[in-house]
Amino acid sequence: MEFSEQLPIVVQALNQGFLQTLKLFFVTLLGAIPLGLIISFGSMSRFRPLSYLTKIVVWIIRGTPLMIQLLIIYFMPGLMGNNIWGGGESGRFLAASVAFVFNYACYFSEIYRGGIQGVPKGQEEAGLVLGMTKSQIFFKITLLQMIKRIVPPMSNEIITLVKDTSLARIIALQEVIWAGQSFMKGNQGIAGVIWPLFFTAVYYLIFNGILTVLLGRLEKKLEYFR
Amino acid sequence: MAILEVQHVSKSFGNKEVLKDISFSLEKGQVLSLIGSSGSGKTTLLRCLNFLERPDGGVIRVNGETLFDAGDAVTGQESEIRKKRLHFGLVFQSFNLFPQYTALQNVMLAKELLEKEKPDYKWRKKEIHAQIEAEAKELLDQMGLSDRMDNYPHQLSGGQCQRVAIARALALKPDILCFDEPTSALDPELTGEVLKVIKSLADQETTMIIVTHEMAFARDVSSQVIFMDDGHIMEQGTPEEVFINPKKERTKQFLSRYTEG
Ligand SMILES: Nc1ncnc2c1ncn2[C@@H]1O[C@H](COP(=O)(O)OP(=O)(O)OP(=O)(O)O)[C@@H](O)[C@H]1O
Ligand SMILES: [Mg+2]
Repeated sequence: MEFSEQLPIVVQALNQGFLQTLKLFFVTLLGAIPLGLIISFGSMSRFRPLSYLTKIVVWIIRGTPLMIQLLIIYFMPGLMGNNIWGGGESGRFLAASVAFVFNYACYFSEIYRGGIQGVPKGQEEAGLVLGMTKSQIFFKITLLQMIKRIVPPMSNEIITLVKDTSLARIIALQEVIWAGQSFMKGNQGIAGVIWPLFFTAVYYLIFNGILTVLLGRLEKKLEYFR
Repeated sequence: MAILEVQHVSKSFGNKEVLKDISFSLEKGQVLSLIGSSGSGKTTLLRCLNFLERPDGGVIRVNGETLFDAGDAVTGQESEIRKKRLHFGLVFQSFNLFPQYTALQNVMLAKELLEKEKPDYKWRKKEIHAQIEAEAKELLDQMGLSDRMDNYPHQLSGGQCQRVAIARALALKPDILCFDEPTSALDPELTGEVLKVIKSLADQETTMIIVTHEMAFARDVSSQVIFMDDGHIMEQGTPEEVFINPKKERTKQFLSRYTEG
């Protein structure tokens, strides 16, 4: 097959794979952003058992590779006789989503905690002395200062997440690298070629480029105060 | 009648007694200076008055109304405290301005939030906003900051920040304005401008309690001075009594640190 014939087939397959990559990316963000907040409240709780428990869970999740977590979450239910994920690509996607959301929520929770605790106590006290309620203080004073603090570390995590989605390949989720690799083994009459894999890299580069610009803009927007 | 009466206030952190049987009163329009060495409990006393700390014992009255009575649990209820706080204003050593708001917005914010809670706010929104803004501008003007209103705190010098903080506290028209070492975080060349503003407030008979290490200023501005030592009121009286003829050895010792060198 000529290269010019191969190209549209490969691009079509990579597009489809990248769609799966994007889906995992957005589902992870959508789930981990709020879940991370809940976890950070847990770790800051004054109820000691809860804060210890949360901190231990966060320590385990952050201290072990996401790849192990993926494998365990995907295979363990089935091996224990109850495959809760169901078969096929949708089952793999569900399992990957759970693993990613939980893993990233733990990372985010630490960032939130830093952001929340990084706002000086004096800000809240100044609000209290001026007769504000706790919720007025949160929404009118501390929230934006927290956001400003967490945007740079969150940006780093988000860029990492884009690349981490490729780990889902370990449970055969058909994301973009899986698609690229398929042309090494043989797919739609194309086999033994490496260049589709290089193409996958371009997808990551472009997407991360766009994200970097957008997140950089957000950071800039918050630069009007210190 | 005294505008502020503090009776037998005590406060401990853990088993460390930080305030011990503090009693004093203050007349309307007068200025009280609180002096004393580091750790003597001056900040804690101001924080108790502003309900940032809850005393373990004692009574606090403003205009005859009992705001706090350690023997009466009702006076310590969280829901009530918010209203009671408004009798006092507090200017912090470290300013604590809100960084995301301009000088003008810093001064307006609290007042606006209070007005928003009133039932007629919806109908008179524009009018109320305009009035708050006019008052805030006038206060900033009075602080010598008319050309700084639209600057953010990080664009202002320490002295300017502290003057914004004073305007912010004044915007709620507190009965008693408290200052916790308002010039301690400032470069020496900037303390003057803040002290000048506080002096002008004293001349307008603003009731104030000032914690300060600026002894010459305290002597000049106050009608009453309290010297605190290790959580006690060691000595209190007019500036002449405390600064010129202190009775206690401890007071003399403390003051000598400021006259030497
Ligand atoms: N939240 C707290 N928990 C425990 N101890 C505290 C707390 N706040 C103050 N203290 C202690 O109470 C004592 C009095 O503190 P305070 O800040 O009132 O002193 P101060 O007179 O304002 O001193 P300075 O001149 O240094 O500001 C100090 O020994 C301090 O360590
Ligand atoms: Mg102090």
